[in-house]
Amino acid sequence: MTTKDPIPQAGSERESSAEVQAADVALDTAGGTLEPSLVPVSTQSGDTGHAEGSLLRRIVMGNGFVSVLAVVVALVLGGILIASTDANVTKTAGYFFARPSDFLGALWSAMTRSYVALFQGSVFNPRQGFSPLLETMTVATPLICAGLGVALAFRAGLFNIGAQGQIIMSATLGAYAGFTWHLPLVVHLLVVIVMGVIGGAIWGGIVGILKARTGAHEVIVTIMLNYVALFLLDFLLNTAAFRRPGDNSPISPRLDDTAVYPQLIPGSRLHLGFLVAVALTVGVWWLLNRSTIGFEFRAVGANPAAARTAGVNVQRATVLVMAMAGALAGFGGIAQMAGTEKVLTDGVAAQIGFDSITVALLGRSTPWGTFFAGLLFGAFRAGAVQMQIQTGTPIDIVLVVQSLIVLFIAAPPLIRSIFGLNPARKKRAKTAAKAAVATGGAK
Amino acid sequence: MGVVKLELKGISKAFGSFYANQDIDLVVESGQIHCLLGENGAGKSTLMNVLYGLYEPTAGQILVDGKAVAFRGPGDAMAAGIGMVHQHFMLVPVFTVAENVALGAEPTTLGGVLSLEETRTKIRKISDQYGFDVDPDALVEDLPVGVQQRVEIIKALVRQAKVLILDEPTAVLTPQETDELLDIMRQLKAGGTSIVFISHKLREVKAVSDVITVIRRGKVVGDAPPTASPTELASMMVGRPVSLTLDKATAQPKETTFVVKDLTVRAANGTNVVDGISFEIAQGEILAVAGVQGNGQTELTEAILGVQEHVAGSVTLDGKELLGLPVKEVLRSGVGFVPEDRTHDGLVGPFSVAENLVLDLYDQAPFARGVSMSPARVAENAAAKVKEFDIRTPSPGSAAGTLSGGNQQKVVMARELSRPLRLFIASQPTRGVDVGSIEFLHRRIVAERDAGTPVMIVSTELDEVVELADRIAVLYKGKLVGIVPAGTPRDTLGLMMAGVGPEGGSDDN
Repeated sequence: MTTKDPIPQAGSERESSAEVQAADVALDTAGGTLEPSLVPVSTQSGDTGHAEGSLLRRIVMGNGFVSVLAVVVALVLGGILIASTDANVTKTAGYFFARPSDFLGALWSAMTRSYVALFQGSVFNPRQGFSPLLETMTVATPLICAGLGVALAFRAGLFNIGAQGQIIMSATLGAYAGFTWHLPLVVHLLVVIVMGVIGGAIWGGIVGILKARTGAHEVIVTIMLNYVALFLLDFLLNTAAFRRPGDNSPISPRLDDTAVYPQLIPGSRLHLGFLVAVALTVGVWWLLNRSTIGFEFRAVGANPAAARTAGVNVQRATVLVMAMAGALAGFGGIAQMAGTEKVLTDGVAAQIGFDSITVALLGRSTPWGTFFAGLLFGAFRAGAVQMQIQTGTPIDIVLVVQSLIVLFIAAPPLIRSIFGLNPARKKRAKTAAKAAVATGGAK
Repeated sequence: MGVVKLELKGISKAFGSFYANQDIDLVVESGQIHCLLGENGAGKSTLMNVLYGLYEPTAGQILVDGKAVAFRGPGDAMAAGIGMVHQHFMLVPVFTVAENVALGAEPTTLGGVLSLEETRTKIRKISDQYGFDVDPDALVEDLPVGVQQRVEIIKALVRQAKVLILDEPTAVLTPQETDELLDIMRQLKAGGTSIVFISHKLREVKAVSDVITVIRRGKVVGDAPPTASPTELASMMVGRPVSLTLDKATAQPKETTFVVKDLTVRAANGTNVVDGISFEIAQGEILAVAGVQGNGQTELTEAILGVQEHVAGSVTLDGKELLGLPVKEVLRSGVGFVPEDRTHDGLVGPFSVAENLVLDLYDQAPFARGVSMSPARVAENAAAKVKEFDIRTPSPGSAAGTLSGGNQQKVVMARELSRPLRLFIASQPTRGVDVGSIEFLHRRIVAERDAGTPVMIVSTELDEVVELADRIAVLYKGKLVGIVPAGTPRDTLGLMMAGVGPEGGSDDN
């Protein structure tokens, strides 16, 4: 019923549709088969009520409540996983039927001990006060910056998988400026930042240009450019220009003291980059919600055909948004390299670029959502170490929790059905599925 | 053929707190054509989806021959002898007619091998009986829309439908095809099939119905005989007196400022979808472009706007060449553009009504200074336009995609008419819009003309073309069949829409 127009029309050729759009429509139609529109008007006269809500869009811009629930469910499942590796739990499970209370008690204590340790390692504990929180903020800084880049591209309808490569390029250029050139205080740091941001912007901009000019799909291009950036860095770290003198390992010289973000609070690693991340969050919020550029980005993301009809230069917007996304990831690269590590290694980007995709997803592609999702992930990373030390829970469990979060965000109906949020929908889906069978699925 | 009497008793269907149907009683006597008349969004299609088993009613009963039935899906409805032809056909384009008809209940020989011979025979029999002229082995994608519709009807008849639901069947047809369909409906009725005919086009409804039931806002307003006057029917639909004829003064054409010369648009497959079209429009004049959907209208308007590639020829406005300019420049030259598909090209669904009202003005004063937008000005503009155009929205901040079709169209029209124009182009300006709003939008279009703007209207609804036009241009397969004055008889226009020139003599296409 929500099929847009199954009849091929003689000579009506919509050239505008890039293959992404076509895929979106296909996904929509598939979605429509299982879900008759809630808005009855849209079942009439070719008004397709949710023609513009592609699957990707629904995933990246869905309900914030679902995000929260996704985190909760992921933590619970993660807890069960933690408990399953606990010796005490295994032992008590052996005589579960004799004394189930033992087992349940062990299960509960295993879960809580791990999460308490996680909390103590990331926010507050009696010994160190709030200094773990400072570490969380430090770890979160590059995630927030890169997450903003991913979120911005999402809003313009582009699935930017390339934060990893953009971070690497920015860290590489920034580091070069940081240890090769010797400039005065303030100026040196600014030069490092500018170099890094330009590196990220170029690496993102290439994707935008390829997409706008040739229609190359940004997902493929960004993934490939991630590899290019990584191996370029590997190569550079083995050249004289980048390698630390007198050292054979792939590690650069330390950055000049003038080239790094100053420490904010003595005794912690928290640096000025965090405040930059806050400023960027505000900036991206303004860009998206208060500027003509953001208006164009959002219009292109939500309905490129209508944006084009209204005079928006979709190709220019594509290039611009990818360059900006790359620049934001570049800030992330600089934060990690010139703020936290102060040297360039082949592991400078770690998993930041990929985690930032999750961060943007969890933040529903809104600037402040991304900011807090970044903090949450920073807490996971910072607390995981403490958790392993205190309880022996493997650090990888955090990865599992992160992956589960992505899984649940990508499947909002799953979360909703777990929490029984929409019983009506299930019934209709069933009837519609039958309809599809009865009409031979020809809808 | 057995006869089936169909009764709906107290049917209600709620979506959340919204009642699309409320306490509807309807009796379809056997062998009758029963028309459901109502505006878009009145709840006709919802009701039929309930009847066809696609929706479960919130309350109420369906009785077939006096026995209560519960349909849990279209399969149940079909088993009870109810068939439906949807507005958008449910056919697989790359399948043959026979394959499409067999789909869902494929006859097989021993061992599960598909056997279509039986289906072919049935199709030929039905086709001969009603003069459908359908070849069982033709590919559906090669068939004209009118014939595809007959395939849908055959599909229902093969499954022995005694009651046939036709949901807005004429929306996609030429006037001639519409007449043929009405004939088919009469034949089916003579053969004992009952028909539920859903439409909002008064002329067809009056021509073919035995009983007319009018639905408004989910409730039955009352029954009317087919002899009721169009004005009466329209008033029942809308709930207030409506004037169906537009009082417009004779056009006072002034200077010719918009000239299209030899405009050609080449499609990806190398054919010319717009083929050497030339016309001009004077200030204070409405040129209506008529034609069946898909004969180059879309490409023609999009070429003028600048979103089509491979365009040749010339389009000048006030002496300035528009071809080759970016869309933004064309709009800045004073072109107001209403695209034919508002959800696809006219609106950004997730955007608020307020944002959609500035969709092509967002970067201009007073809505923006530099790159900084002023939400206050955008909101002010929205409040004014919502009032002026009577846009029914919960608030200007509501997402445009949640509005009814008519109100969405008002948003687009309000936006495009809200700045000084040198040319106004509107495609399907009232598609899917209720009768009350049509009246309003038509008056706005005429007002724009009277303000001295050249106006180009593209419509597949002949009624609308006749209503608005000062001159009528007819397109067929990308070519201009001719430009005729406003008073040209419908029959002539109908023939032109099928490619026959105004002076008789068939086009070689």
